Parts: sequence; structure tokens; C-alpha cells
Amino acid sequence: MTGLLLQGVSIGVLNEVSLTVPRGQVVCLSGPSGSGKSRLLRAVADLEPHGGQISLDNLNQQSVPAHQWRRQVVMVPAESQWWFDEVSAHFPEGAGERLPAALGFPAEVMDWSVSRLSSGERQRLALWRALVQEPDALLLDEPTANLDNESTEAIERWLLQEIEQRQIATLWVAHDSAQIHRVANVHYRIRGSALEPVHGSD
Amino acid sequence: MEVIDLAWWKLGLAALLVLALAATAYLGRLGITRSLLVAAIRTVIQLALIGLVLEALFASSAFYWIALLAAVMLLVAGREVVARQGRRLKDGWAFGIGTGAMFVSSFTVTVLALAVVIGPEPWYTPQYAIPLLGMMLGNTMTGVSLALDRLNDSVWRQRAVIENRLMLGQTWQQALEDIRREAMRSGMMPSINAMAAAGIVSLPGMMTGQILAGSPPAVAVKYQILVMLIITVGTGFGAMMAVSWGGRRLFDDRERLRLDRLTKP
Repeated sequence: MTGLLLQGVSIGVLNEVSLTVPRGQVVCLSGPSGSGKSRLLRAVADLEPHGGQISLDNLNQQSVPAHQWRRQVVMVPAESQWWFDEVSAHFPEGAGERLPAALGFPAEVMDWSVSRLSSGERQRLALWRALVQEPDALLLDEPTANLDNESTEAIERWLLQEIEQRQIATLWVAHDSAQIHRVANVHYRIRGSALEPVHGSD
Repeated sequence: MEVIDLAWWKLGLAALLVLALAATAYLGRLGITRSLLVAAIRTVIQLALIGLVLEALFASSAFYWIALLAAVMLLVAGREVVARQGRRLKDGWAFGIGTGAMFVSSFTVTVLALAVVIGPEPWYTPQYAIPLLGMMLGNTMTGVSLALDRLNDSVWRQRAVIENRLMLGQTWQQALEDIRREAMRSGMMPSINAMAAAGIVSLPGMMTGQILAGSPPAVAVKYQILVMLIITVGTGFGAMMAVSWGGRRLFDDRERLRLDRLTKP
């Protein structure tokens, strides 16, 4: 079985959640705010103590050092953080030359200072920052929350293409049902302490 | 040259000046009267008591009494380190880390200075050991508490940044790098500033005291240089250990940031 596998994961209000995210596919999670979507992502990234088993391609989360796990299973938070003054300092050498056109940045963006970026620009760059790590799994927490409709769809197309091409198992927290409809292979909604599969155009 | 002893009533004159300051502050509603008076009374009582203790100690010179006084000084300094931190580690870790760091650095450096550099016979001769240890502890305490306070406070404020760095696969040491540097700077700054200003802006207290007590300035200066160097070394290693142990405690074995291990006073 290749991909991300959650077995009986418990964190916060969520209890015994089991879920499979095959490689190259997008599993969307939705639910009211405070229902524990983000915390479930944090459990998968091993940022919070949690119950249950999580594995990636049969590699158990607890069997490798945490930073190694997080290098393969990269989470992009809803509010991305930037700690150096220059954009380029957050990226590995040469990332600027491979900057995808779909992000809509000129090549000089790497020389910009972080303070002049808008929240939408930060969010797009944060997605690129995660992808240059070449992860095997991506955990996206409302990745298009600060974007307008047009760039949202452009970013979605780019992400889906990367996910397909690099065979990344993707767990995507979203609230917009139109977006879920566009990107999800499978969609779960959080109801109380459990996940409930959502079918069709719902 | 014989030292001029001060009569107690003459100290009363200095105390009257403090009272005058307190009265002025009170009339000006400056709000420091109470803490000023409490601190002044504390300093008189504490120093008078330590004077008696030192008189007795110098008379006996027994190793276990000196060790006991050193232990008491260390524990009080440990308590002070905890009290000077805004957010601190729970469950005795703040005290343990602060006291441990001060113990390892101050005691090692003091013993080294006594045994190797100054060389009184025996090495724990209280006239040398106690004042030296007191100065070491006092300064290390400041350095350690500033460093730990800065560490905890920065981690608390920059939680999102640290976690975002962890999410990108950085180790906890990498994610804490900038904060560790800031905390070290904060802890070392007083010692570095004191060394930079010594002799030009300020005449350090110990040297002044020795000169007042009749030592030739050349000797006093040598002691002062020794003391400033070892104070800086003690403070530096103390702060380094405290930051390293404190930083480790803020993460668990899965390199997760554990802010639940911090408490607000």
C-alpha cells in the first residue's frame, strides 16, 4: 500500500479516525471551524501528541526521527510564517530559477523582502516552499484562503498537476464546496468525533 | 594604612538620605516609596546578618560550614532566577535548570580561580572563597535569568514561526537557532558591557572596595581583572547551559514544540 495511512488516530475531539490517502490523490477534509481539521493535520505532521498509527508507504511515523518524517510529510499552515528578511533565504539555493510560472511571480521575487509581500503572495510562495522540499505527502490547511477566485483556480490547477506528476499523497483542508468538487478524489466531512465520507456533488 | 571603621550612627546619616528620597517620592506620587523602603531595610538586615555569618565563618574556617553557606547562596540564587522569569518552565524545571547551570559554571570557575590562580592555603580559605563565589553567583544569576526569560518569552511569541520551521522538516535546533542566539546575547550583554566600560566609565565595586581597604591600586586592579574575566566566563557558560537545557525542555522527543510546559506566573 503506497500513500498515507491513518489508523485509529485520536486527537482533540476526533476519536479513532482511519483514513487512506493514496499517492497522487487528493483527499479533502471539511467541517465547521473548531471541528479539529487543522489538529488532524498537525497529528499527521507529528506536531502534537496523538493516539493511533500513521504511516507513509509502510514507514511508521514513530520509527523515524520527527524532522525526517516532516521532510517527507510537509504541512503548509493556513498562515504561513517568514522569519528571514529576504524571500530567497527561505528557499534552497537555485529555487528561484525553477519558480513555476503558475504562481504568477516575476523571477526577481527571490530578491524581494518579505515585508512587501501580500498575504496572498505569501501563501502562494509558502506552497512553493513546501514543494521544493520534494515531499511524498502534503498537508494543506486552506491553501487558497487569501486568494481571489482567479488565482485560486490557477493555483489549484498547478497543485493538482504537481501532485499528479510527483505522486504526492495530499490531505487538503477546504471549506468551499466548489473547490472540493474541483480538486478532491475523495471527500470526508468531520461530524462530531468521526469522519464521514461525502459522495457525489454534495 | 589602617581602614577607617564606620560607626553605625554614621550609617544612619546615609539612611536619612534614603528617607529624604522616599519622602520626596511620596509627595511627588511617584509610586516607588514602598519598594524603596522595603529594599533599603532588606539590604541593611541581610548585610548585617551576612557580616555576622562571615565573622563566625572566618573564625572557624571549617570546610563544611563554607560548603553549607555556598549551598544556601546557590539555592537562594536559584529561587531568584525563577522569580525573574515571566514565563517559566513548569514542575520545578525552571529552578532545576537555573540552579544546575549556575552550580556547574560558578562553582567550577570559582574553584579553578581559587586553586590555580589565587592559590590561598587551604584553597577554600573563606576570606577568598566566599566573596569570589558571591560575585560569581550574583552575576551568573543575572545572566542565566535574562537568558532564560528571553528564551521562554521569544518561544512563546514566535510559536507560529517555530512550528512552521518544524513543518518544513527542520530539526528543533534549527527551528530554535535565532531565538537561542537572542537569548545568549541577552544573557551575556551585562558582562560584556561591564568589561567594555570598566575603568573608563565605571570603577568596579570590588576594586573600589579593595582600594578603600588600603590595597595598592596595582594589586586591586589585578584582582579586578581576574574577577571580571571569570565572571564573564561563568556567566557565559551558565547562560549557555541554561539556554541549551531550557531549549531542549521546550521540545519533546518527537521534536514537537511543547508550550504546555510553560506557565505564566
